[in-house]
Amino acid sequence: MSVLTDTAIVTSREMRPVLGDPFSIIFSLVQPIFFLALFGPLLAGNLGDELPGQVWQWFVPAILAMISLFGSSAVGSNLLYEMQTGAHERMLVTPLSRSSLLVGRAMKELITLVAQALLVVLVMLPFGFRFSLPGAVAGLVLLAVLGVGISSLSYALAIAVRKQDWMFWAVQQTFLFPLMILSGMLLPLEGGPGWMQVAARVNPLTHVVEAERALFAGDFGSPAVVWGFVAAGLTAALGLWLGIRSMRRSD
Amino acid sequence: MQTQPEQERETEMIEAKGLTKDFVSRTETVHAVRGIDLRVERGETVAVLGPNGAGKTTTMRMLTTLLAPTAGTARVAGFDVTRDPARVRRRLGYVGQGNGAGHGQRALDELYYQGITFGLSRTEARRRGQELLDGLDLAGKERTKVSELSGGQRRRLDVAMGLMHAPELLVLDEPSTGLDPHNRANLWEHISALRAATDMTLLLTTHYLDEADTMAERVVIIDHGAVIADDTPETLKTRHAGDRLSVTAGSRPDADHLAARLTQWEATSEVAVDGTVVHAGIAQGSSRVTDLVHLADAAGIDIADIQVRRPTLDDVFLNLTGRSLRETGSTPELETAS
Repeated sequence: MSVLTDTAIVTSREMRPVLGDPFSIIFSLVQPIFFLALFGPLLAGNLGDELPGQVWQWFVPAILAMISLFGSSAVGSNLLYEMQTGAHERMLVTPLSRSSLLVGRAMKELITLVAQALLVVLVMLPFGFRFSLPGAVAGLVLLAVLGVGISSLSYALAIAVRKQDWMFWAVQQTFLFPLMILSGMLLPLEGGPGWMQVAARVNPLTHVVEAERALFAGDFGSPAVVWGFVAAGLTAALGLWLGIRSMRRSD
Repeated sequence: MQTQPEQERETEMIEAKGLTKDFVSRTETVHAVRGIDLRVERGETVAVLGPNGAGKTTTMRMLTTLLAPTAGTARVAGFDVTRDPARVRRRLGYVGQGNGAGHGQRALDELYYQGITFGLSRTEARRRGQELLDGLDLAGKERTKVSELSGGQRRRLDVAMGLMHAPELLVLDEPSTGLDPHNRANLWEHISALRAATDMTLLLTTHYLDEADTMAERVVIIDHGAVIADDTPETLKTRHAGDRLSVTAGSRPDADHLAARLTQWEATSEVAVDGTVVHAGIAQGSSRVTDLVHLADAAGIDIADIQVRRPTLDDVFLNLTGRSLRETGSTPELETAS
């Protein structure tokens, strides 16, 4: 059996509970939705002068990156749970390749992430969110690449801390907020101190957020798009490498 | 009709030589398994018995390709566990200490995915899954989430998972731990029925002595990471622990008198008096009871009761190690699955 078939089996198995309970897709959207509903109007009040009528165009693409940051980074806990109950061990004694156990799970995250992003985009339409359709498609592809990277890193973390499971949330929470704030998702970083701007430049999420904004605006020629794909691609490559490497040692 | 010739097939399902596992940490090195030799023939049912921490689970994990041995080799179902783990996994059904079925999944879905993982077609996987659910008393639970099944049901589902691809060898690591006596009996009933219906080889670990005694054709006793005995339950009991005799005499003087006689009798050994009861070891106990009654009659000793007890595997373990398995094995919940 090929790695592709193995991966498809793992993805399909992971998708089964989601398809059985589609509302579970919305649960991990709770935090980004609060940012949209409660932070968005504040932003409109404060940035309205700089971005007249453009606040949603600026904020919604960033929220998509936030979905990945909040949702994909938490998925390791599912694997952690299956390592504790014994389901993961059982799968290690099947012909499934070790890499498919990681990639198959990451593919499931990719699917749910894109579904969540579509949902947010559609919900924001009546509120005046406008975008370029080809740009949005490219934006979702970029998001999918980022999601594979972040979820793979989350799985690698889960495997690394499997003997002290509380560490998973400690590490995840530690990274979550600095990465979010230093990406310019919520507020432009141009007004921040110099060290913050330097930190933002090395944060791959910054480049993805800027690329999403450019893409949804239909600005395919922007250098931000290239840098966004480079940043997401590097995150995915690092995540898959670390994830597959951890999965091979997960017993 | 002649029986099928079997000469091309290797007769042994498991052949482990000098299997060793050391767990090295910064502070200490734990010698979990110290050079175990184990041979299991095709079609055999073998129980590995030992107290917690004896190395049973570590041995199982090496044999099922989950753990790389520090030293030694093992061939399982004809393939080397280190060099050819994928081929071993394909031929092996494994029921670990945890729940193989994912808690967020539905029962039949998990069986289905286990089936297609082992190359069954979609329809075949569903058919086989349903067949196993029916056979293991889980009919009607097809769409129930695994987390909502009772402990006993979940364990039977785990066994069903291990059987999906009709493996040549089924490895069960403490399958009945944590189950109440009723569910334990029920589980073993199903496993025995499976054994009778197929020519599957069965390797199981347990710290329940009665399970090893009734289920297994051969018992391998492990202590401190090494095999200390390996034989049929009957032979182990005969060789390592004889029958025990308890005679209740009519009075204390009668008891002392009887004890004096028994000390001289060649059939008995280790004679001890406790009140009016005389305890002794006795060779081939049940066939000697008549002789014992004659002996007492001739000496004019009044006897109220005679009991001959067959030894248990616990007596075997006690005689081999000086410790009782019941004491060491009484806290299964403290053992971690790592």
